[in-house]
Amino acid sequence: MKEYELVSGLETHVELSTKTKIFCSCSTEFGGEPNTHCCPICIGLPGTMPRLNKQVVNYAIKAGLATNCTINNIAKMDRKNYCYPDLSKAYQVSQYDKPLCSNGYIQLDSGKKIRILRIHIEEDAGKLVHERGDTFVDYNRGGVPLIEIVTEPDIRSIDEAIEYVEKLQLIMKSIGVSDCKMQEGSLRCDVNVSVKPKDVDTLGTRTEIKNMNSFTFMRQAMEYEFDRQVDLIESGEEVIQETRRFNTGTGETEGMRSKEDAHDYRYFREPDLVTIHTTDEEIEEIRATLPELPDSKKARYIADFGINETDAKILVKYRKVSEFFDAVAEKVNKPKTVSNFIISTIYRTLSTDDEREKFDIKVSSESMTELVKLIEDGKINNNLAKDTLEKMLQNGGKPTDYIDESQMGGVDEGELRAICEKVVLANPKAVEDIKGGKGAAIGALIGGVMKETKGKADAKAAQKIIREIIG
Amino acid sequence: MKNSTIKKLHNMLLQGEITCVDLTKKYIDEIKKNNESLNAYVLLTEDEALQQASAVDEKIKNGEKIGLLEGIPMTLKDNISTNGIETTCCSKILTGYKPIYDAYVWEKLKNAGAVMLGKTNMDEFAMGSSCETSYFGGAANPHNTDHVAGGSSGGVASAVAGNIAAYGLGSDTGGSIRQPASFCGVVGLKPTYGAVSRYGLIAYASSFDQIGPITKSVEDAAIVFDAISSKDYYDSTCSGAVETCADKLDNDITGVKIGVPKEYYEGLRPDVKNALDNAIEEYKKLGAEIVEFELPILKYALPVYYILACAEASSNLGRYDSIRYGYRTESYNGIHDMMCKTRSEGFGKEVQRRILLGTYVLSSGYYDAYYKKAQNMRGAIVKAFKEAFAKCDVILAPTVPMTAFKKGFSSQNAVETYQTDICTVPVNIAGLPGVSIPCGEDNEGLPIGMQIIGNSFCEAKILNVAYKFEQATDFFKNTEMGVEF
Repeated sequence: MKEYELVSGLETHVELSTKTKIFCSCSTEFGGEPNTHCCPICIGLPGTMPRLNKQVVNYAIKAGLATNCTINNIAKMDRKNYCYPDLSKAYQVSQYDKPLCSNGYIQLDSGKKIRILRIHIEEDAGKLVHERGDTFVDYNRGGVPLIEIVTEPDIRSIDEAIEYVEKLQLIMKSIGVSDCKMQEGSLRCDVNVSVKPKDVDTLGTRTEIKNMNSFTFMRQAMEYEFDRQVDLIESGEEVIQETRRFNTGTGETEGMRSKEDAHDYRYFREPDLVTIHTTDEEIEEIRATLPELPDSKKARYIADFGINETDAKILVKYRKVSEFFDAVAEKVNKPKTVSNFIISTIYRTLSTDDEREKFDIKVSSESMTELVKLIEDGKINNNLAKDTLEKMLQNGGKPTDYIDESQMGGVDEGELRAICEKVVLANPKAVEDIKGGKGAAIGALIGGVMKETKGKADAKAAQKIIREIIG
Repeated sequence: MKNSTIKKLHNMLLQGEITCVDLTKKYIDEIKKNNESLNAYVLLTEDEALQQASAVDEKIKNGEKIGLLEGIPMTLKDNISTNGIETTCCSKILTGYKPIYDAYVWEKLKNAGAVMLGKTNMDEFAMGSSCETSYFGGAANPHNTDHVAGGSSGGVASAVAGNIAAYGLGSDTGGSIRQPASFCGVVGLKPTYGAVSRYGLIAYASSFDQIGPITKSVEDAAIVFDAISSKDYYDSTCSGAVETCADKLDNDITGVKIGVPKEYYEGLRPDVKNALDNAIEEYKKLGAEIVEFELPILKYALPVYYILACAEASSNLGRYDSIRYGYRTESYNGIHDMMCKTRSEGFGKEVQRRILLGTYVLSSGYYDAYYKKAQNMRGAIVKAFKEAFAKCDVILAPTVPMTAFKKGFSSQNAVETYQTDICTVPVNIAGLPGVSIPCGEDNEGLPIGMQIIGNSFCEAKILNVAYKFEQATDFFKNTEMGVEF
């Protein structure tokens, strides 16, 4: 059997987190009683007209800048006509041939760039609710602003596809234009898949798997679709260009409609809206509001703070976490201490993705800074700091609310060395045991050091010094 | 002479010659007497009208100042949304539909104290030139009820000419204000695209539609236009008028250059041609300079209009699926069947014809040959008019090549009827303002109309030129029905 390669391009819909909808002033909030976030405009009553929310344009430009796109000074809105009960006007106002952003890319960790063809703005549709054998329509989501980010077919493996979406998600979250919650549908992907023999350049016929809303399903669907297409080709059959859906029950993709039945959207310019003009000055103003992007942050953490790749990745994964980290890191000598505390101690109290995303903790960056400074000044050791942090996480407050004056003061390295030497001399038996291979005997020596320092010494540091002395 | 103009009624109210309630009742009585033959109104809003009228009387009684439009009985075409009042576009598919908001223009007039007598007849979704595609049957011409009032705003024109409304608002997509105004011998102003908000106007072809007044005099048209032509936040395409008009009507037109493009005068019925020739002579007498030139591109106007307007209509009318409002078919099998049957039963033939045509010209494979080509040609027509206005101040043209059709003509002659829009559509394609005023009558006594076309946002200029003609001549012919003062 020949070796086959997967070729994929993604169309990702990202719901923008503006307060109001794209063409009216209704709330975009998720949930809510059905049809309560609605008005004559977003339910498309006869005679109503859209009015473009400027914030949607700004957010889309921000998204474009963060993904290295060219922002087009002139863009327009178009109507995409199709008929479905959740689409109250029977057309979706979108952008066809003059999108806001084009020609960008996202760089994967391997250095490979996944090119972005375009980013355009559009309105979301409502949704159908099936209950008690009836079908109802909820238009709350109708008119919620979306951006659609379309890549070139640059993706060559499922891992690349997942990494691309993860990076995209991270960027959009970090620039604050979307919460990108796949489970709430605020990030969803249409995945185009084709296969070709590895040594051939021409692309095969593609299929499009609609509406992937979890990484797990996306992986399963792509695996299935890859195998299915390879099987077809191997058995001499043809892959048909079509739209498919992923059946989460069977783990298989199923055909929805073929190219012949494809919608003819009859795109044409939306006559109810004027051309979107964006000046270079406006673009630069938006660029100035962009925060440092996750990849650049990650590189800085590794290079400047000596934080390892895994930890750096975890820190930049959640916007609020990295903001908290940055706030403390700029005031302390060893930011690595902060990252250790976040990853080991704080994350233990925030187990889910959602909790880490919210990062709703009782410890302020000021208190955290204070705590790290106490360690750096040699006033408390790591153990005490960790205990204190745990208490702060539970009850709030600042380190001095939990640390007794008498516990402070710590032991500096010179003093600690002197005490260690004294304890070693006083316990020849333990020293003998250690030299004889009973490693555990060191505990007695450390205990001695702790006793001498009234528990203020850093046990790890003491252990290191004792080993040096014993040799 | 004209009777019951806005100023005349206003003065009567001010002088206490009649109360607003009595005035309103008089109109309502006349509507009840004449509507059977005219079929101008499709809905009477008697209670609301009388309520508003007594509020005006209260103000007058208390010595408060009232505005020019305050207490004046008027009407709205049935495609202008009125909160809580059925608005059907004279289509079966919208029967029972009561908007939950007011159109911008109605909000403006309501705030100005207008007394709305009811909603008036129109071609279904404003698609037609005779008012006969209306689900409620066509409106008759008050000058001869065997003839149509014209369309699509036939009901408004019929009501104003028949003196059962002092004025009304219509909408003009390809001539729907000017053509019925011409047929009924009244004044109809189609404003510049973007001068009047379309918010609440049920769309036919969004890049052409424009609301405007149908009135008894040029001055009335100016007064109403001034009242509705402000910038509207909710219509992004509306910037509002650049100046008021009613205060600029009596300017001398000596030396004003009136353009007469040859193409507008081809294929006219001889009596219409004759009336226009006389108008040209009249303008010469008034001191205007006549500038003759050619506008060969006008021959593309009709196809451009029917391609683009139908394309937009096919999209605009997609929403009538019976899910949220309006007519729904009796029995159906599943949602697809429900939509199909509802639309087949709910839309009339002309509307279905235009939806099909519009869908066709936008579909892949035909888009380039029709829609795109028409769009390019539209740009060329815009440019040609721009060049024309470098040569002249306004353009004088017939409104329609003939007078009002006999009833039943249009339904038998769809294409011929389309062709009668030849003189009105160019203005909509180019987004220009145009006003139609009476300039003669045929041997059956049916009015002949002519239009003054201006450059964008030059309403004051065209109304001034129209006003001068109106004052110098006497082509307004009273129908001797309805309210007379």
